[in-house]
Amino acid sequence: TSTHFSLPSLQSIFSLSPIVFRAVTYHVFKALKKKMGLPLMMERSSNNNNVVELSRVAVSDTHGEDSPYFAGWKAYDENPYEESHNPSGVIQMGLAENQVSFDLLESYLAKKNPEVSMWGSKGAPGFRENALFQDYHGLKSFRQAMASFMQQIRGGKARFDPDRIVLTAGATAANELLTFILADPNDALLVPTPYYPGFDRDLRWRTGVRIVPIHCDSSNHFQITPEALEQAYQTARDANIRVRGVLITNPSNPLGATVQKKVLEDLLDFCVRMNIHLVSDEIYSGSVFHASEFTSVAEIVENIDDVSVKERVHIVYSLSKDLGLPGFRVGTIYSYNDNVVRTARRMSSFTLVSSQTQHMLASMLSDEEFTEKYIRINRERLRRRYETIVEGLKKAGIECLKGNAGLFCWMNLGFLLDTKTKQGELELWDVILKELKLNISPGSSCHCSEYGWFRVCFANMSEKTLEIALERIHEFMDRRRGF
Amino acid sequence: MRLIVPLQGVVQGRGGLFVGSLIPCCLFYFLQLYLKRRRSPPPPPPDSDSTELPRTSSRSSLFTRGNSIGRVRVSSRAAPLAKPPDSPYYIGLERVKTDPYDRVSNRDGIIQLGLAESTLCFDLLQRWMSDNLMESLMIQSDVDGGFDVSSIAMYQPFEGLLEVRVAFADFMSRIMGGNVSFDPSNMVITAGGTPAVEVLAFCLADHGNAFLIPSPYYPGFDRDIKFRTGIELIPVHCRSSDNFTVTVSALEQSLNQARKRGSKVSGILFSNPSNPVGNILSRETLHAILSFAQEKNIHVISDEIFAGSVYGDKEFVSLAEVAASGDFDKSRVHIIYGLSKDLSLPGFRTGVIYSFHEDVVSAAKKLMRFCSMPVPVQRILISLLSDTRFIEEYMAAHKQRIRDKHFLFVEGLKQLGIPCAESGGGLYCWVDMSSLLTSYSQKGELELFEKLLSVAKINATPGTACYCIEPGWFRCCFTALADEDIPVIMERIKLLAESSTS
Repeated sequence: TSTHFSLPSLQSIFSLSPIVFRAVTYHVFKALKKKMGLPLMMERSSNNNNVVELSRVAVSDTHGEDSPYFAGWKAYDENPYEESHNPSGVIQMGLAENQVSFDLLESYLAKKNPEVSMWGSKGAPGFRENALFQDYHGLKSFRQAMASFMQQIRGGKARFDPDRIVLTAGATAANELLTFILADPNDALLVPTPYYPGFDRDLRWRTGVRIVPIHCDSSNHFQITPEALEQAYQTARDANIRVRGVLITNPSNPLGATVQKKVLEDLLDFCVRMNIHLVSDEIYSGSVFHASEFTSVAEIVENIDDVSVKERVHIVYSLSKDLGLPGFRVGTIYSYNDNVVRTARRMSSFTLVSSQTQHMLASMLSDEEFTEKYIRINRERLRRRYETIVEGLKKAGIECLKGNAGLFCWMNLGFLLDTKTKQGELELWDVILKELKLNISPGSSCHCSEYGWFRVCFANMSEKTLEIALERIHEFMDRRRGF
Repeated sequence: MRLIVPLQGVVQGRGGLFVGSLIPCCLFYFLQLYLKRRRSPPPPPPDSDSTELPRTSSRSSLFTRGNSIGRVRVSSRAAPLAKPPDSPYYIGLERVKTDPYDRVSNRDGIIQLGLAESTLCFDLLQRWMSDNLMESLMIQSDVDGGFDVSSIAMYQPFEGLLEVRVAFADFMSRIMGGNVSFDPSNMVITAGGTPAVEVLAFCLADHGNAFLIPSPYYPGFDRDIKFRTGIELIPVHCRSSDNFTVTVSALEQSLNQARKRGSKVSGILFSNPSNPVGNILSRETLHAILSFAQEKNIHVISDEIFAGSVYGDKEFVSLAEVAASGDFDKSRVHIIYGLSKDLSLPGFRTGVIYSFHEDVVSAAKKLMRFCSMPVPVQRILISLLSDTRFIEEYMAAHKQRIRDKHFLFVEGLKQLGIPCAESGGGLYCWVDMSSLLTSYSQKGELELFEKLLSVAKINATPGTACYCIEPGWFRCCFTALADEDIPVIMERIKLLAESSTS
């Protein structure tokens, strides 16, 4: 007779311990449900003292504001430099804001009939439409003005169709919106390092999308190489993460340099091969010192007829940097993909540009005489500022990456680090903050793989303040050299 | 028998225990695989734009790949947005755009009764704007007395300047009866009521969680809450017998049903004055809802965007007032506000999130970078909302004019034998057109909606779009109408009624 071992035993286990059975199946189900993301059954009495729960988004620290770099902002808030009242305070060199051309804006706004710019060309009766207008298509005249402005910045080398412009309340919102549209939770965007620290928050926080870095280094001025691209893609693949696109900033933040045309072509080629999107954040396109040195991805796409190539390209723009109007909250997504335009438009309900703002700026942006003059003078002033700071740093023995755009320079203090590590970099950053009272951005906050680089903003202060900052750096370097 | 014996043999045999546990494991594995495949992103939606460009090989040889390039896809959460909306709420709004009524130039056009907007007091607003707008915007420079653009151009805290939050706090307290005070540091200013609702939802619930929402409810909540947060809305059906007022027993029932289904309910969302019905929740009802929420340990969100548009005899009480009175855990109470309805400024994009929970305020502040109010608009509002004399005059006129218009509209309908629900707030009334239905069903209601649109040329929002469980109810917004328009509307409805009975 064979030994029975089986159903009776199984049965006995199950009958003798129904609790065990129920517990096992409950936990198995729970684990499965959790893995599949299905809602769990309401737990009984898991109320810890009746404290009401918040969402994962609310409690997550993806907003990044708990990172050590915010100590710099705090130090500035507590002791801000002020030319006359507090000349020994902290100078804010961590905020990429453009204040060099305010006078041009002021004279324009004061000169033109203000009533007209408030309500549009109709004058006061325009108020009614202004107050009621909340169409996510945006004011046609404003979109036309944006299109013509973007065209002007690129010297007419690319044309922009106003119907492909989707308005958002700032570029921050534009980048997040595009991420929602192009990628699902746990998908990834490839972003070249070093990159704007805000991307960690803007691209990931609410969207649940990941960033996989494309590592760049100083050996080739931090340009993206095909090898680095392939490597990043492979890294994602190995981790079972689906890559949905590449997101670049051109001109680059924090490098302050334009992306070379060849690199852009290689990027587009790569995106076509992998069948993914290409997002180009061109928020600093109007802040290139010499117009000829900037190639927009729009120029490259201009000569392509193949829709399946074009429709993966999307451009983000804003008036916060080039026009110095971050307070107005005006951003835009320009997409060559009809589906994306349609979807982005509908989703922009969550981040509309105020009708008031659209009216105020439509006439200003379509005034080609003003915009041509503004762009030209703004570029010139930024170039001069850049030269001032780079020269000043050179005299102090500090080299910067050769830049040609933006509101900042990328400074190399690697030679000052005790150890070429993140810790070493943060220690130096802390010294610069506490001793020199300068708030600059360390490369590690931008995910730079080389330590010792710092981003230094120069356009959000007067020339005098910039001089004082340079003096402090000189003194510091002198002390270091033991004078 | 022949089947069972071998099975028994398998099971009772030596490997019985092994097989006995292997089979369920295999089943689980295949179940998991099946579910995972179902959840994977759907294939890309067919382009509704049928004019697909012919594929030509590009001039630039770099990108020639023949016809083997796949069309690049958007995310699965974006796919539903690409399709045209199918709710009658949006369909109606679109139809009006094709043939909008104009008293002078297009008397046969479609009259818009589907948008809750008020133009009744534009004359007052316009006057204020032309007198004060420039000063409020063009702040004088200390240096040379000229215009200082940096006051409106530069980065400011995304949650709004302290002055604008103070102005809002004061304004809200005033219009909500004066017995409640709002702390500006609990307040976050957004670019509209839509982002206010979405941001709050993002802070209070996870993807897959749910809010209970008394129905009928504002159709826009489907978009505001569900689109990107993935939070479910569970309607709690209210009936005409209670004048569509929510009861705690209904909430309790919905909550239990949700739990049985495995949904986690994170909170209750309601609008007060309610949209689309227009009734004001009493202090007792608010108290009961709060107690219920406290007992179940969930959040309560009160959308009070129509708080200043109260024209009936019932006084409006804010949830904030009730929360402050009893001994409730206030951290679960959140309020939404905005100026689109009370001050007729939807285009400006003005929204407020007010929360007693400091972590919610903190998270919401950080989320404001995605939807903050532009600084020039903040400056205008600081000036406008602090002009207490103007605000008093405006709010009094606003209420009076809504009351008058409401009376005319409801009377006109009464003459036709069409009753309305009792309402005391909002810019609309909740109309019972069941007598005009061919069949007392959702189908009948949608047929009537279509007839109203195409025959009577009137866009009214059907109850189906608002998840109303009783067919035949329509929301009619009347605050953008001139007195002369009302007889036109009534005439059209009368003709429709006569033609349907004949």
